[in-house]
Amino acid sequence: MPASLRRLAIYVVLLLFAGFYLVPLVVVMLNSVRGTQDILRTSVIGWPRPFDWGNFAHTWSSYCISEHCNGIQPYFWNSVEMTIPATILSTLLGALNGYSLALWRFRGDNWVFGIITLGVFLPEQMKLVPWVIVLRDLGLFNTVAGLILIHTVQGLSFTTLFCRNYYVSIPPDLLRAARIDGAGFFRIFWRIVLPLSPPILIVTVIWQFTGIWNEYLYGVTFSAGDHQPITAALIALSAHISEAPDYGAQNAAVLLAALPTLLVYLFGGRYFVRGLTAGAVK
Amino acid sequence: MRAERGAVPTAWRRHRDRILPQLVIWPPLVVACAYVLWFSAWTVWVSFTRSTLLPDYRWAGLRNYTAMLANQNFQLAYVNLFIYGVLFVLLTLTVGLLLAVLIDQRVRGENVFRALFLYPIAVSFVVTGTVWGWLLNPSIGIQKLVHDLGWTGFRFDWLVDRNRAIYCIVIAGVWQASGFAMALFLAGLRSVDADLLKAAEIDGASAWRTYRRVVFPTIGPIFAIVLVMLLQFAIKTYDLVVALTAGGPGLSTTVPTIVIYDFMFQRGELARGSAAAVMLLLSLAVVLLPYGLYRRWRTRQDAIHAG
Repeated sequence: MPASLRRLAIYVVLLLFAGFYLVPLVVVMLNSVRGTQDILRTSVIGWPRPFDWGNFAHTWSSYCISEHCNGIQPYFWNSVEMTIPATILSTLLGALNGYSLALWRFRGDNWVFGIITLGVFLPEQMKLVPWVIVLRDLGLFNTVAGLILIHTVQGLSFTTLFCRNYYVSIPPDLLRAARIDGAGFFRIFWRIVLPLSPPILIVTVIWQFTGIWNEYLYGVTFSAGDHQPITAALIALSAHISEAPDYGAQNAAVLLAALPTLLVYLFGGRYFVRGLTAGAVK
Repeated sequence: MRAERGAVPTAWRRHRDRILPQLVIWPPLVVACAYVLWFSAWTVWVSFTRSTLLPDYRWAGLRNYTAMLANQNFQLAYVNLFIYGVLFVLLTLTVGLLLAVLIDQRVRGENVFRALFLYPIAVSFVVTGTVWGWLLNPSIGIQKLVHDLGWTGFRFDWLVDRNRAIYCIVIAGVWQASGFAMALFLAGLRSVDADLLKAAEIDGASAWRTYRRVVFPTIGPIFAIVLVMLLQFAIKTYDLVVALTAGGPGLSTTVPTIVIYDFMFQRGELARGSAAAVMLLLSLAVVLLPYGLYRRWRTRQDAIHAG
């Protein structure tokens, strides 16, 4: 095959796949500004005729989800209230864990690290009922605080893994010198380790934010009504689709629900890939 | 610098410097370990008891396990998981590798293609499932579009077809995960020794031969990692199915995670649900243990070669 034809074939295949990946996003974006009648008359794939900009306001503040007619707004804010603290807490504690595991070796540290890593693989179903008991005993059932607790503790497995694997590559001589100078645990963390950390902390924050924002199972199990995060609200909303199809508003809801993590990906895509490789390869 | 603050007695400070880090180090480490061990142990234990709606710690032996293994829904869920898992993993690996190899041909707009292939990983399974649910719905999705264009005989109704609905999960799953496979493979391709490639070029080896003899063997370890990650994804699949088909039509797309949830929270059969969860963990172990051994073996091989 001539070289130019080969190049052409490469681009054709790449463009076809690009189309496959783009279709769902484009469809949701277009439908979010289409009227439900328009969608029902044609299909979910089509150009808005006419543009219906009212979907967003409707879906945000007055759409009815399981008898609450406040739109997706409360659920969206629940997700924000849950994701931001849980991301910050799990990242900070994970950095601390990674630091003590990687640089303050103690007897059995490999065992501790091994057990924490197992947490990454443990299926959610093994932890569901124990969490029910913990949340009930703490009185955190059906609260955002309960979900923050869950995501912080479970996030520790990932964040510790990321940070520990990053910190082991800090040259020991650097720490030895600091220790000879009389620096202690916190001074070394604050003055040496933390300034070296931004690359891994960005990866960890992005990873945690995306994971927690997108999580569904815990949200739906441990909260009800308008205490639920946005993922659970989306499912509740689709469940009503057969009774009262309102595709325009639903597409707007899906777009709004996906927007935060899409934005994170758009601005931090580089770190995203690095996180995937760091988490998987090490 | 610190010595100037002589107000603090040195002995006390030394004591404090030893104790305080211990107080800070241990709680998060203990929590991170304890929840893994304690939660697993608790679920395993409950799976051997007579718990129903509430924990009941009387011993039940293996009864819950035999009951679950004989349960038709659970069997069906595993059959579905097997079909889904095999197709999902094979297709994702193939698409991921194909895209990585194509992108590696010094194409223009590499960054744009990469970003487009990878963005689904940032989207939740709930969103993916919902949107693909619309596209694959015969009355409003792709089938409707093609009918409106004039080809009225066109059929693409897998979503409502008991025998084919599982393939819809595969499509959505591959859409979500193949970019991830592509990114890891691409990182692998980029790490291949440039000298080796040059040597192959000088020898006049064809592109295909170079890939087969030089490139693919080098990315073997990455291939193993991606394989294990994807198998793990497949076994844990839950949200995607809930959002796309809710396990239907009938039970045709139900998976073990859905059955477990059903037993634990809808039927109030804690012990049986826990037994099913433990079996799910064992399925994961079947995938992860060989990989762990492979890693061990490789590290040892590397050590031998290095020594």
